[in-house]
Amino acid sequence: MIRFTRVSKDYPRLGAALSNVSFSVAKGEFVFLTGASGAGKSTILKLIYMEERPTNGEVRVGGMSSVTIRRRDVPKLRRRLGIVFQDFRLLEDRTAEANVAFALEVIGAPRATIANKVSRALTQVGLASKAASFPRELSGGEQQRVAIARALVNDPVLLVADEPTGNLDERATRGVFQLLREINASGTAVLMATHNLDIIRRSDYRTIELNRGQIVFDSAEAAKAAIERFAE
Amino acid sequence: MPAVRDTFFAFRRAPLLSALSITTIAFSLFAVGLFGLVVLNIREALQKVEERVEIRAFVAEKTPVEQIALAADDVSKYPEVLSVDLVTQEEALERARKELGEFRDVFEAEFLPPSLDVHLKPGFRDPTTVHRVADKLKALTFIDDVRFGEDWITQLYRLRNIAGVAGVALGLAFAAVAVIIIGATIRMAVLARSREISIMRLVGATDAYVRRPFLIEGFIKGVLGGALALCLTWLAIRLVSGYLSFQTVFFDQSIGLIGIAGGALIGLLGSAFSVGRHLRRV
Repeated sequence: MIRFTRVSKDYPRLGAALSNVSFSVAKGEFVFLTGASGAGKSTILKLIYMEERPTNGEVRVGGMSSVTIRRRDVPKLRRRLGIVFQDFRLLEDRTAEANVAFALEVIGAPRATIANKVSRALTQVGLASKAASFPRELSGGEQQRVAIARALVNDPVLLVADEPTGNLDERATRGVFQLLREINASGTAVLMATHNLDIIRRSDYRTIELNRGQIVFDSAEAAKAAIERFAE
Repeated sequence: MPAVRDTFFAFRRAPLLSALSITTIAFSLFAVGLFGLVVLNIREALQKVEERVEIRAFVAEKTPVEQIALAADDVSKYPEVLSVDLVTQEEALERARKELGEFRDVFEAEFLPPSLDVHLKPGFRDPTTVHRVADKLKALTFIDDVRFGEDWITQLYRLRNIAGVAGVALGLAFAAVAVIIIGATIRMAVLARSREISIMRLVGATDAYVRRPFLIEGFIKGVLGGALALCLTWLAIRLVSGYLSFQTVFFDQSIGLIGIAGGALIGLLGSAFSVGRHLRRV
């Protein structure tokens, strides 16, 4: 699904954001990406949806490579991904329903199918009754659910979430996390950047920890090493 | 069509910004239009003066009238010549009495020579052509003298050339300023919707899809701005004519339409440029 091979990313003014990072995420996997602010989590996510290109190395997502992808093919990649942000990124002047429909309209989905798909996505996130509400009329948790519905409406193979619970209270955080688990359970891979250690501790998903642009811990690698040690 | 719907949605959502864009486009084109009108009126005035360019060829004494008539016929066939008037001695006196007060008491026409008054076609009234035709006339045996106000024609053409060059230079400067102002206005509209653009791209919209409503918006703003500019120019020229009791010329229909089309083109190109630049950055 995702493969990073010796990826480095330098920003002209900020310097190195990632150094020699390699990891992969399999289909249907749930992976936490954690680390302090500035550790490189968001850079990894941006490289996944090709908002940024690596300075060195290769990023492969769903069969597309950062080395060979053309600018005009990036939308094709993004249509296979769902992207969720800490600040929801909803259009304030459109209802929840319209915000979700927007994701289908911009990719030219047949009009007849839109209402049905939107209704299904809003039901999935538990917001069918608030379809006609504007973002300002919804709580933070509900706004994030709308954003998740928008990310889900295209049936993505991978959901990328950048601190999706960063702006939410404890209760809303639990609700959103539960929703992401359900989405993963239905077969969608989830890569969630977070520094909420509580969530990470309460689940047994794979965790990759970054520090100053390098992977300092990967629970999958640690488990593999433990198994190898045990085998010896 | 989602792009058209999005365009009208953008107008409805930010009516003040849209009105500001249209007004800015209108005033920028209004400045160009006013300048265009000044040039047009100066050109018109110069053209009227030019029409008075004539060559007067005085015929030698005792030349038979038939020969003069034949010569007039020949001269009228020169490619540069629009018309030739044969002015007899009596007509010359009549004209002199009309134009010059001191001739009012003169009743004898013998001392005034008959002449051929040669009018040139438009485009052949420049000093070189006038000289050439005058020389041809001088070469005729029965022509005594040729007059055509050489200094006056040279000055007129110098003025015309200066007005032409200044017109083109200032017109280009005005048009460049208009394009820059309109581009900046459209850029404001693009920036006001940058959040929407970034969301569109995140959910997989192609650049063409993002660009489309902005192009339609720019086109519509350009057309409305151009039409408003035309109305403002018309109003301004009416006011000037009214206050100064001055006969003025306005753009004809085709130039008016070209103005509106120009507005539409500037709106379209301004939008394409602004949104393209924005897309390359995000």
